Amino acid sequence: MSKRILILFAHPRFEKSLNNSLLVNQIPASPHFTFRDLYELYPDFNIDVDYEKKLLEQHDVIIWQHPFYWYSAPPLLKQWIDMVLEFGWAYGPGGTNLQGKLVFNTITAGGQRSAYNKDGYNRFTIKELLAPFEQTARLCKMSYLPPFALHGTHRLTKEEAIETAGQYRRLLESLESGHIPVDQMQSFSYLNDWVINENL
Amino acid sequence: MDFLSQALIYLAAAVVCVPIAKRLGMGSVLGYLFAGILIGPFILGFIGKEGQDIMHFAEFGVVMMLFLIGLELEPSHFWRLRKSILGLGSLQLGLTTVILFMILITGFRWQEAMAIALALSMSSTAIALQTIKEKGLSQTVSGQASFSVLLFQDIAVIPILAILPLLAVHGTSISESGHQTFIDQFPGWLQAISLFLAVGIIYAAGRFLIVPMLRLIAKTQLRELFTASALFLIVAIAMLMQLVGLSPALGAFLAGVVLANSEYRHELESDLQPFKGLLLGLFFIGVGVSINFELIGSQPWLIAGLVIIVMAVKAAVLFFTGRIFKLTNDQNLLYTFALSQVGEFAFVMFSFTGQLKIITPEWMSTMMAVTAITMTITPLLLLLNEKVIDPRFGVKEKPIDREADQIEVHNSVIIAGFGHFGSTIGRFLRANGVEATILDNDSNRVELLRKMGFKVYYGDATRLDLLKSAGADDAKILIAAIDSPETNMELVTTARKYFPDLRLMVRAKSRMDAYDLMDIGLQDIYRESLHTSVKMAVDVLTSLGQRSYTVTRQGQKFLQYDEEALIRMAELRHDQKQYILQARENFRMQEELLSQDLRQNLSENDHAWDSEEIREGIAKNSEIAK
Repeated sequence: MSKRILILFAHPRFEKSLNNSLLVNQIPASPHFTFRDLYELYPDFNIDVDYEKKLLEQHDVIIWQHPFYWYSAPPLLKQWIDMVLEFGWAYGPGGTNLQGKLVFNTITAGGQRSAYNKDGYNRFTIKELLAPFEQTARLCKMSYLPPFALHGTHRLTKEEAIETAGQYRRLLESLESGHIPVDQMQSFSYLNDWVINENL
Repeated sequence: MDFLSQALIYLAAAVVCVPIAKRLGMGSVLGYLFAGILIGPFILGFIGKEGQDIMHFAEFGVVMMLFLIGLELEPSHFWRLRKSILGLGSLQLGLTTVILFMILITGFRWQEAMAIALALSMSSTAIALQTIKEKGLSQTVSGQASFSVLLFQDIAVIPILAILPLLAVHGTSISESGHQTFIDQFPGWLQAISLFLAVGIIYAAGRFLIVPMLRLIAKTQLRELFTASALFLIVAIAMLMQLVGLSPALGAFLAGVVLANSEYRHELESDLQPFKGLLLGLFFIGVGVSINFELIGSQPWLIAGLVIIVMAVKAAVLFFTGRIFKLTNDQNLLYTFALSQVGEFAFVMFSFTGQLKIITPEWMSTMMAVTAITMTITPLLLLLNEKVIDPRFGVKEKPIDREADQIEVHNSVIIAGFGHFGSTIGRFLRANGVEATILDNDSNRVELLRKMGFKVYYGDATRLDLLKSAGADDAKILIAAIDSPETNMELVTTARKYFPDLRLMVRAKSRMDAYDLMDIGLQDIYRESLHTSVKMAVDVLTSLGQRSYTVTRQGQKFLQYDEEALIRMAELRHDQKQYILQARENFRMQEELLSQDLRQNLSENDHAWDSEEIREGIAKNSEIAK
């Protein structure tokens, strides 16, 4: 059975980001995908909480797609988390509306993959730095998958970017088709690696 | 003739003549005047001598008009105009009287010359203000100058009416002549005190009596009772003023100013508006009726000569004062033509001087005929100015393209009305690299904006041909930001009918206006303030395809910049100690603001979240490492 996927995209200067438009262009034009350009929708940060909750209820997989600014997400995505994931709805007593849904981050980062390492420039792995998102998902009884990442955006060649973009499209198609072996996916540190491993 | 058939004649004449005049582009005043001439004793003969009585009654329309003008004029605004009222007004009245006196003294005794000169130097508030309002020019420099002069004349009527009896040579006192006022029996000093007392009563009553009274009446929820009390108010003021020998118009004006700050301002305005319109119309019909063609026929050259001399002198003085106050040529011409007639106060003064036997009855009716003719000629002169003189010397309707062979590039945004709301939008769009085409009917502003490089069309934005030549066929967005809600409504109605693909973004002055706009199915309605004008500009850019968050941030920055500019320019304002019209001052400030906008490129230096710089930095670094 096909799954419904909600992509919550947050980029304060989307018009200047070639890599993110490359990734966004991979989203299949299928009715199972809902793309939400948060900065375009809520330039004044005034989020329509009820509508966002309704969207969450209608989807099986949620993707937070954003540039990895200062080891985190741009402020509007944090605002979305703060406003939408309400106590008694998303977590806490009676907060079971998100139970069983899947969620992960799709990020673009300036640093190379090797820089996100105990011995690297950034001292922590991406998975470690994403811990707040992982724990947020867990508190909301969702399954958190490893991130999909486009690394080294500052030095990336066009071919490299296009290759990663292709992986992203195959990942999204796999999710739509319902081929989602959660345990197996969680054993990888990046969803990119799972896509390559699966030979999709 | 009984009441019904009289009413029938007046109304029929108005209903027939005014729309024809309007259709011919002549304005309603001329329509009423011709209606009067038509039904008067010399053409159709429906109305005979009773025309004079009608006029006395209809003068009440002038009183109402001044009350309404007062209502629209907040005391603070009045205070800001004080320089031009005193300066322009005294100069016009003084010079005109002196020159006319010098001419008249050659043929009259000095008392006669004085009385006639004073009466002839008055201009017609009814004609001038009605015309200026109809053309939507109240806020322009010429509109304000005209208003200032007329207001000064209204005030000056008081001392003039007090002086006239002193000119009476036959020892006739006023009471003998039948023009009797209650305070005439008092000695002079007591009369003066009662004058001030009357003004004081109006002020105090406005503050402490009328508003509570209106509040009580509003509570009854009976609309007609409110209308009745509004009429009662005006009649009472007029009575009080006549009692102390003041001009009822001036008293009504004062009461209007006092009530301008009350919560019932709009209520009073909308209740009295139709009465004012009708009575003024009746007044103009009366003027038309009272033109004595028999008299004119018996001495055509004398009257024609008088009309020409009087109007020439008045026009010359007006043009001169306009020069002193630095009106641009086309504004000055408009101001000159609008005020060059002899006004309705002259009728009052002539009949008064006639009663005082200062001038002979023959001269009195001759002068009244002259007055009526000058009033009739004014709308024609204004028409001539608008159609023939102004297009030649004034601001051209279309902007002159710098290169004639350049292909006409139409902007995708049109802004109608560049007042405080529209100008903010225009400035913000320009700061973000979007040039808009501007429509405005203030020639001074049009000139300024063209100087600053804007593409501006001069004229009435509700005109279909002007919208077409401004490129409404190809534009994406039309911003209706005209100050008057009625004109704005007219504009969007026209635009929707003829340019269905054009997106309309509309300024609403109040909640009520917003409801009206929603009723006709509009969606992009912005209730006015500085912030909504910026919000509207942000939405314009978004719908042109720019990212909403980026332009929102630009909007926030713009507001901050504008606030700083406000503080900077507040000091600048008092630099100039010249005699300067308020409206002119506004233009100077606007010019300064626009050039400051240009100097500071507002959208530059926004590198937030733009990784281009980082990439360049890294590339440079690695080159050095090599």
